[in-house]
Amino acid sequence: MAVTADHNIPNRSPLMAFLSRWLLTTNHKEIGTLYMWLSFVLFFIGGAMAMVIRMELFQPGIQFAEPLLYNQMVTLHGLIMVFGVVMPGFVGLANWQLPMMIGAPDMALPRLNNFSFWILPFAFTLLISTLFMEGGAPNFGWTFYAPLSTTYGPPSTDVFIFGVHLMGISSVLGAINIIVTIFNLRVKGMTLMKMPLFVWTWLITAFLLVMVMPVLAGAVTMVLTDRHFGTSFFAAAGGGDPLLFQHVFWFFGHPEVYILILPGFGIASQIIPTFARKKLFGYHSMVYATASIAILSFVVWGHHMFTTGMPLTAELFVMYATMLIAVPTGVKVFNWVATMWRGSITFETPMLFALGFVILFTIGGFSGLMLALVPADFQYHDTFFVVAHFHYVLYPGAIFGIMSAVYYWLPKWTGNMYDERLGKIHFWTAIIGVNMTFFPMHFLGLAGMPRRIVDYSLQFADFNMVASFGAGMLGLTQVLFLYIVIKTIRGGKKATGRVWEGAEGLEWTLASPAPLHTFETPPKFPTPEEDYPRD
Amino acid sequence: MISITTRFRLHRCLTFFALLGSSNMAFAAEMDMRAGVTDISQRILQLHHYSLAICVVIGLLVFGTMFYSIYAHRRSKHPKPATFHESFRVEVIWTTVPVLILIGLAIPATSALIDIEDNSDADLTVLITGSQWKWHYQYLEADLGYYSNMATPEEQINNFETKGRNYLLEVDRALVLPTDKKVRFLTTADDVIHSWWVPDFAVKQDAIPGYINEAWTRINTPGLYRGQCAELCGKDHAYMPIEVEVLAEEEFDQWIVDQRLAIELASGQAVADRAKTWTMAELIDIGQQVFLDHCATCHEADGSGQGSTYPALAGGEIPNGPMAAHINQVMNGAVDTEMQAWAPQLSDLELASVITYERNAFGNTTADIVQPITIFEAR
Ligand code: HEC
Ligand code: HEM
Ligand SMILES: [Cu+2]
Ligand SMILES: [Cu+2]
Repeated sequence: MAVTADHNIPNRSPLMAFLSRWLLTTNHKEIGTLYMWLSFVLFFIGGAMAMVIRMELFQPGIQFAEPLLYNQMVTLHGLIMVFGVVMPGFVGLANWQLPMMIGAPDMALPRLNNFSFWILPFAFTLLISTLFMEGGAPNFGWTFYAPLSTTYGPPSTDVFIFGVHLMGISSVLGAINIIVTIFNLRVKGMTLMKMPLFVWTWLITAFLLVMVMPVLAGAVTMVLTDRHFGTSFFAAAGGGDPLLFQHVFWFFGHPEVYILILPGFGIASQIIPTFARKKLFGYHSMVYATASIAILSFVVWGHHMFTTGMPLTAELFVMYATMLIAVPTGVKVFNWVATMWRGSITFETPMLFALGFVILFTIGGFSGLMLALVPADFQYHDTFFVVAHFHYVLYPGAIFGIMSAVYYWLPKWTGNMYDERLGKIHFWTAIIGVNMTFFPMHFLGLAGMPRRIVDYSLQFADFNMVASFGAGMLGLTQVLFLYIVIKTIRGGKKATGRVWEGAEGLEWTLASPAPLHTFETPPKFPTPEEDYPRD
Repeated sequence: MISITTRFRLHRCLTFFALLGSSNMAFAAEMDMRAGVTDISQRILQLHHYSLAICVVIGLLVFGTMFYSIYAHRRSKHPKPATFHESFRVEVIWTTVPVLILIGLAIPATSALIDIEDNSDADLTVLITGSQWKWHYQYLEADLGYYSNMATPEEQINNFETKGRNYLLEVDRALVLPTDKKVRFLTTADDVIHSWWVPDFAVKQDAIPGYINEAWTRINTPGLYRGQCAELCGKDHAYMPIEVEVLAEEEFDQWIVDQRLAIELASGQAVADRAKTWTMAELIDIGQQVFLDHCATCHEADGSGQGSTYPALAGGEIPNGPMAAHINQVMNGAVDTEMQAWAPQLSDLELASVITYERNAFGNTTADIVQPITIFEAR
């Protein structure tokens, strides 16, 4: 097959061979690895920025980050975590796992796959290089509201726009590849309603990506033309409308937050049945719930704009629609609990992270439900309460999802078991760190601390200090995670093909480590040795 | 810089977890939404408690079940897993019950919202204009308006002085409002989007250039209430606090009368200032203060500016160039930059002195003097 082009052309220096292997690879596993490492590196860069933020907020007064620098840190931290860590992390997992889970030899469009990845290092180098530009990096928050980003944005805003375009192209191409792969390369017998849930959630996520990334591209393009080509989309003085920006941005932005979590739902739905040794409860309702969340996510963007002076009827509609999302979300949580019910559960690291995910994500969902109540949102909006909310859904949500997936599939990728004791230490320090960092932020927001401020009044000092200590702990423990991953890659107890005794799915019928090329002849589905055959 | 207060706070912070369990009232107040001083703020607090309670109950049920399962269905106690994996009935139940709970939440939220959005029949209207980084208040009925700037000194922010009680929450001129009157707020902005928020009134309304938004409040208790800008608006977003002094109705009426009188006196003062010919020393004296109060956040106290974002005035082209251009720059600002028009914000004397100061400080040696009368004529 064309996709299995030989990587080891003779008579090359080792460096050239290494470069051409990784630069030119069209193999889904290698590209998956590249995505995972990019995500990991950016996790540390974005995390370092978070440390700057928490150190500055350690106590009242300006410590070392002047306001302009602080705003740049907040902005880049947000952009990097959303577009550089969670999205590439999930795409990396998709690359590694989707073909193996649906019994395909590779992604459907391997060259496109290579291209979508290699755009990203350039995009993020550009974005990070803005820190060293005249006038500094973007400083208007990851939401880049006009006119702060148009008329008042620093010169580096144009670089940011270019970077966002690149990321958008990468995501859309990646998503198209995933959709095409899932629709065309499933093994015979795997109907849509027999796909593993990770595949289902990624399919739905990919549709969200294809639909909303172009909207983001439109938003940044309008910012660009407002800045340089005399248009006034968002400039009131020229007959434009600053609120139009927010509508366009959040039309992208709310589906985007589901792009950041749906694959995590899929991961939890793979891992919990494995360690409960029991089939996922309510497979069908899980699929329908995911699809309804995705559809509803297109009509609730207004909940980010309650204080902009929306008319009453719009406020009511958006409030009801947002509250409604809690229903399918609740169904998912109930199904996970029912899956555990009367199972035979063990608590290896992937399971611990998955349980942490379910509990803490649900707490984030609760605060989301509270935020949807418009009168209460008038008090919560743009305070640390919101910061607490979205960190609960993003850190123990998306990030814990990725981490549990890494622990779950790392033995399949490397052939080695990770160090279980270190994994558990990582989990417990991470979960204490997350709660110590983000739980006090609820109190800060309720007591009246606005978000995105470099300095605060004295009554907020105590909880900020607790949060900063927690953040230090949370940051340090990720170094341990890096160590665990490297240690596993370099050696360790050999993993069996099935790895986890309760694991179900095609990827576990392969050897560990999975050979570079797999399923060149389609496997049998359902697998004969499946412990719990699908219906 | 670990100061004594820091160590003290460190200590308190270590006892934080101990306190969490206790029912320390003062502590609880810092952790919960503020009750505020309006009927609406109290209703919102109730809604907050109500929704929180629902979430806690659901959370206890779900997590309780989960922890029970973690305990009782772990492999060592429950080696043989059950095989059930579907139940239409259960799915229907846990879809409909949440819908009913949500309806129970939506009803009080809707009724509160309808009241909040009822902007009719106001007794008094204040136009609030946000600009980088201060608020302007205009009493529409009384033809009275002024700017409100943060009053916390730079030295406290940079940790050279002990921070005051109202660190970052104090202003030079508070907004003054009466109790028991329906006060309507109209919000707008000159440059970027800001958001006017006073938690004790539960009023948070974005101030958007080109828009005039509406909100209202009716305050029950006199007192001093503080808030902050709640929408990222650039560099000094953390430094645009709001302070509202609420007076009983008669006191408020008296205050309005006093302000009208003060305006007349000030205009008398302005006439006198214009008539006088000021010396360089006098102008520089006043000018330095004006500069520190209004210009130094961007141009720095020593006029060195901040990179290309805020130009240096030391040796700068305009402060050392023709006087008319300098006056024009300061009075009218530069379009579409953070350099705003100062003519509406400062008096003739203040403008004359700050320009004189800039032309003769930071190593600039034009020896030019600007008199208030020149500014008056330029207006
Ligand atoms: C919010 C930040 C900010 C504040 C406060 C501010 N300025 Fe400026 N100032 C600027 C910016 C930005 C420019 C550059 C404008 C441009 O690009 O033309 C500028 C330019 C100037 C210039 C022209 C400098 C040159 O050589 O080009 C003068 C003079 C000046 N400001 C005086 C003042 C005075 C006097 C005050 C206080 C009353 C003040 N500024 C307050 C941001 C500020
Ligand atoms: C039960 C589901 C959820 C509900 C009801 C919900 C509701 C809300 C609401 C109402 C806001 C706006 C708050 C405000 O600014 O006043 C908000 C903000 C936010 N939410 Fe959620 N949310 C949910 C799940 C998620 C998920 C799954 C994610 C991402 C993984 C997420 C990420 C965010 C982010 C990033 C913001 C902040 C945006 C900003 O203003 O910068 N939310 N959410
Ligand atoms: Cu949203
Ligand atoms: Cu602000």
